[in-house]
Amino acid sequence: MIKNGAVWTEVGFRCLFEGHISLYIWSEIMVRYFTRLRVRRIYKWGGRSYADRKLKSYGFEYLNIGVEGQEAVTTVTPGQYILIEGNDDDNPFVAKLLKLFGDESHKQKKALVQWFLRLSEVPQNKKLLLGRSPHPQEIFYYLGRACDDEINVESILGTVHVQHVPEDTPFPEPGTKDTLYVKMSWDTKAFNVLDPVLMQDTPASTPPKPALPLFPPCASPAATPVSRGPVRRALPTPDPTVMRRAGSVSDTRATMSTGKMGTLEAESIHSASKLSASKILSTRRRGSAADTPGVRKKLQLSNGASPGKRMTREDVLCELLDEEVESEKVMSLKLSSSVSHSLQHGCSLSPMRSGRKTPNGQGGFPRKLTSISLDRLSPTALGEQDFSSDLLLAVTPLALEDEVFEAGLPTDSGSAMTPKKRQATPRRNYVRGQKATTPSRRKESAMTMREPALGVLAEEDSEDSPMQPIAMTPRSKRKSAQLVSSRIRKQLNLLDNNEELSSDGDDCFVPSKKDLQSSSDEESEEEQTESEEETVVRKARGRNCKTPSRTPCKTPSKKATPSTPRTPRNATPSIPSRTVPARQPGNILEEARARLHVSSVPESLPCREQEFQDIYNFVESKVMDGTGGCMYISGVPGTGKTATVHEVIRCLQHASDMDEIPMFRFIEINGMKMTDPHQAYVQILQKLTGQKATADHAAALLEKRFSNPAPKKETTVLLVDELDLLWTRKQNVMYNLFDWPTRHHARLVVLTIANTMDLPERIMINRVASRLGLTRMSFQPYSFKQLQQIITSRLNKVKAFEEDAMQLVSRKVAALSGDARRCLDICRRATEICEHSASHPSTAGLVRMSHVMEALDEMFSSSYITAIRCASLQEQLFLRAVIAEFRRLGLEEATFQQVFVQHQALCRVEGLQPISVSEGLAVCQRLGACRLLLLEASRLDVLQRVRLNVSQDDVLYALKADRD
Amino acid sequence: MSKRKVKETHMPVGECISQVQMILRERFCHRRLPEKPVGMESQHKHLLELLRRTAVHGESNSVLIVGPRGSGKTMLLNCVLRELLEVKDVNKNVLPVHLNGLLQTDDRIALKEITRQLNLENVVGDKVFGSFAENLAFLLEALKKGDRSSSRPVLFILDEFDLFAHHKNQTLLYNLLDVSQSAQAPIAVIGLTCRLDVLELLEKRVKSRFSHRQIHLLSSLSFIQYLDNVRSQLSLPQDFPDTKFYDEWNESIKTLCEDQPVVDVLQRHYNSSKDFRSLHLLLMLALSRVSASKPAIKPTDLLEASRVCMVDSKANILHGLSILELCLIIAMKHLNDIYEGEPFNFQMVHNEFKKFLQRKSHSIHNFDKPVVIKAFEHLQQLELIKSMDSSTAKIQKEYQLMKLMLDHSQIMEALQKYPQCPTDVKQWAMSAFG
Repeated sequence: MIKNGAVWTEVGFRCLFEGHISLYIWSEIMVRYFTRLRVRRIYKWGGRSYADRKLKSYGFEYLNIGVEGQEAVTTVTPGQYILIEGNDDDNPFVAKLLKLFGDESHKQKKALVQWFLRLSEVPQNKKLLLGRSPHPQEIFYYLGRACDDEINVESILGTVHVQHVPEDTPFPEPGTKDTLYVKMSWDTKAFNVLDPVLMQDTPASTPPKPALPLFPPCASPAATPVSRGPVRRALPTPDPTVMRRAGSVSDTRATMSTGKMGTLEAESIHSASKLSASKILSTRRRGSAADTPGVRKKLQLSNGASPGKRMTREDVLCELLDEEVESEKVMSLKLSSSVSHSLQHGCSLSPMRSGRKTPNGQGGFPRKLTSISLDRLSPTALGEQDFSSDLLLAVTPLALEDEVFEAGLPTDSGSAMTPKKRQATPRRNYVRGQKATTPSRRKESAMTMREPALGVLAEEDSEDSPMQPIAMTPRSKRKSAQLVSSRIRKQLNLLDNNEELSSDGDDCFVPSKKDLQSSSDEESEEEQTESEEETVVRKARGRNCKTPSRTPCKTPSKKATPSTPRTPRNATPSIPSRTVPARQPGNILEEARARLHVSSVPESLPCREQEFQDIYNFVESKVMDGTGGCMYISGVPGTGKTATVHEVIRCLQHASDMDEIPMFRFIEINGMKMTDPHQAYVQILQKLTGQKATADHAAALLEKRFSNPAPKKETTVLLVDELDLLWTRKQNVMYNLFDWPTRHHARLVVLTIANTMDLPERIMINRVASRLGLTRMSFQPYSFKQLQQIITSRLNKVKAFEEDAMQLVSRKVAALSGDARRCLDICRRATEICEHSASHPSTAGLVRMSHVMEALDEMFSSSYITAIRCASLQEQLFLRAVIAEFRRLGLEEATFQQVFVQHQALCRVEGLQPISVSEGLAVCQRLGACRLLLLEASRLDVLQRVRLNVSQDDVLYALKADRD
Repeated sequence: MSKRKVKETHMPVGECISQVQMILRERFCHRRLPEKPVGMESQHKHLLELLRRTAVHGESNSVLIVGPRGSGKTMLLNCVLRELLEVKDVNKNVLPVHLNGLLQTDDRIALKEITRQLNLENVVGDKVFGSFAENLAFLLEALKKGDRSSSRPVLFILDEFDLFAHHKNQTLLYNLLDVSQSAQAPIAVIGLTCRLDVLELLEKRVKSRFSHRQIHLLSSLSFIQYLDNVRSQLSLPQDFPDTKFYDEWNESIKTLCEDQPVVDVLQRHYNSSKDFRSLHLLLMLALSRVSASKPAIKPTDLLEASRVCMVDSKANILHGLSILELCLIIAMKHLNDIYEGEPFNFQMVHNEFKKFLQRKSHSIHNFDKPVVIKAFEHLQQLELIKSMDSSTAKIQKEYQLMKLMLDHSQIMEALQKYPQCPTDVKQWAMSAFG
């Protein structure tokens, strides 16, 4: 036991040195433990029972769910929508109850349900298929057959109202907090429009589906984990231990729960982040890729007997996002809690000990953690570990303290607290033994922490300035995660209204709402103007030494930067920064223009879901398997090739941050951004190792690197943009690029991008093309609908365009090139024209058809005809002379001398004084400079040959119109 | 003011004239930008707005200014830049980089020039700029590190834009346009070119990255406006020190522009080309004839200047030829008539010349063949005739195929004006067949 504890502490320290991640491992464990204070529910059959002889089961009309110690009883009848306990407390599963039945022995109470999915339950990489931003309370009708639709009634939490929204109507205002909306269905592959027939209320009279129970009726009453096929999400049906334990605490919570929803909410006060989409994704992945030993370990971990131990590192990372919320709570608690609470805190701290113990017993968890921390430790960190462990020790308890307060939260608010109940489980007993030591230790640590906390606080202040790109980068990776969590926070905020601590909760949710808009990291967000009240809160927060929970995540990153050798030779100068900050868009049109700029990276790329999916799967599988491979992506310019690959990498990096897939490195080179194909080696090497070398040397080094097993077993993903530029006579650059992935253990994934579909056939010699393989993908030019969608999604509710105007642009561009860049540029130009046409910028209305037409004209119309019309008289005459001479000769080419004869004649016809040869040559040269004529070298003088660069018809048309 | 007026009325005429010449020459040689570009208001507004957005909002843009030579592209851009830099906020916030396709003939030189103009060199200290590749990586890194809100916008002005399109792989253009389409340091790429088909020169991936904004400067100036412009170009500015001279001069200019021969001359110029550069040349020539003794531009000055401008360059050369050389030219003309422009060699010309001597000539003596060859070579040196085959070494001089670089009208005109041209030579030239 003690030994185990020691191991754990060590792990903790190592992790801690790693920074924020480990801190949250600690905290997460505790949070999990404390918040899972279960309410004991009593389930009773109600109504007339009817027997189904064939299946040896009995059906029932309704089910009564009562909460122990409360009068209120919820009745659930088939046809109602119910919430089912899952491993996310805040977002329980949603389903529609179809049938209630029990087996002969009345031991098991079962229910037949139709599942609904929240978007967060959809695998992350498929979320894009939705193609729009989901409503926070949107659920999807689950059509997949893989899920078991039979559940244990004991996992039913209560009822919920579900409303079907027809496909073309918008979601109603989120006024009612406990109403969920269903619009689409999900069949594990795609989102479809939901057939309204499916949603019609089918009351109990529906003929019960003849579904055989998954488990024989005689199965043990304990733990029937109802699995949902591909999800493999262990629905923790209350096993006896949990139930017993939950029951022990239920008294303390009973008063809190104002109703059935209240019970639900009470459980999910602050754990917004626990529900992160990525977590679900990870569980899914675990299920699907359970073959690898490492993954299996995780699986055990997640299926552990106690829900408190379900957490994994992914969750921990997610938790990080929630620091804002938690720290707020800590503060509030600190304010409210008196000394008398310290004993309670001590008590509440203790379950963590048991939490430590149990996974150790299982063997999987700590070992896994150790390996993680070792993997991620940088060499320098290892060296310094001993020396710095004191410091770390000092930091750890503080994090504990935070969590302690937080964990104490429900206990504080619960009025009827009976310590006796706590001893119900054996584990608790053990805990009590330790109790004596814990509080003192906590106090000690709290004392030691005061000073560091101040220092850290100061440091944080300095880091608040946005001029610290180093500190920012690791955060930006988690952007998507932040988005998800912040969205959920918002949702949770709505649910939390009748919470006792709602005022406190509101306070801490304010910044998170801002998060949604800015989606930037918290620092910069905090920089933004906040209300006076907010600043006060922030100060208070600082006093409450909340800061350490955040700072450790930054300190290592700061340390890491100087470690990269920064000799002045490598120092890259940057463009000097401006004295006056760039002005932000002022009105709607400016806003629209900023959004329509090609450079503004959208949160997700619409219309490339399938391609995204394919590339994602390709890279992901290679990264997971630790193998290498090549992929060739082709498509005309402006079809989103590079953007899609970047998006894939972003998602994968996010996944890898969440530890769902192994770490990998991403390197990007661009054939156009180098002066010579062999520079590719230099750039790859530099990005891989930071070394500088000549092309030949770099090639040799890379050869060595990829011939041997990859260091740290890390996969390298290499993106080669504009592949055709890497062509050399011997094609050795291409050959090497495609040969390295085939090496054993090289772990190199090469994604290549070029414009032409048949590049491998056209320019590659056989041995190169063969190595490239047949994994190819071609991006089709966008269709007009897609272009329209792109514009719409970019504008994102900024109403700047008329619908017709948008359609015109997209149709026109789709007909010509399908280039999204072009489309966006035209839209931008149209907004400018719209702005100019208005008398005052603020009065400018929507962009109309006429503006778009003008922009299209500007960009697409050929300028030749205008140029001819604007040419001088002699130039026009010369063009006519050229055509006359061509007609005379019957050729499309003539010498200047010949044309000049015609020109003189025309001059006489027109009654103009004939011009001299020199003048004629000057006229001819001017036309040649504009490229209306194509000329030979001018040293040939009168003998130079003349051709038209415009069609004769165009010239005649232009000149004729000129006459009129 | 009035005091100064009185005093300066007595400024000597010579001084006034030198003042006038200074002011007008500055104008004609494009040393000073006009107050406001004429006839391109909408283009001016468009470009100004665009660059202002880059400077103020940090929005990256790319634009091409297309127009024939002398249509005022550079003038427009300089006007816009001047106006832009007058804004206080903008002044210290933009970094203009001027490149010219005729100077930066390849990307290596262009990159060096960019780093020099951006003062990036200094940051590296004593580092001697390494290879082209390093240079490119260096610049791209610098641009990549910037972002929209914090770094200064860079205005890349690419004069003779079409020549940059001929650089290898169009690396520079690709990278600049790529930066302008991605979230890096804000830049504006402004290309100036006279080629209407410039977009066809761009590779498709480069083209896709270009925003397809083109500002066309195609003057649709009418002759009346042209005349107005001439008047305003010649008129003195309000703040001319000597008011009396100022009034006299402007009055004389007004009458000048109403004079019929002058209007005819200007009409002829206008017909030939609408651009102001050729007009400025004409006015400059006229201006140079103004002196203290003749303190105004007279119509004859302008006519003379126009004659100088319009004169055929070859006709002048023909006036300086000897009779023998002229005879050879006439022989060649006849050969051209007979063989319909087919090339000829010395022997043929010599035969034709001998025929003339035998039959019609009275005044011209027989020349030895070496003398005739010498005259023929002289013509070749003057590039009045040009050898047709490239390999001159193999064939004997006499048999090399040649072509006449003159038009018939040029020959006849030259003969008319040739001093003391023998009549038999003239008649020979006029006759249909030699």
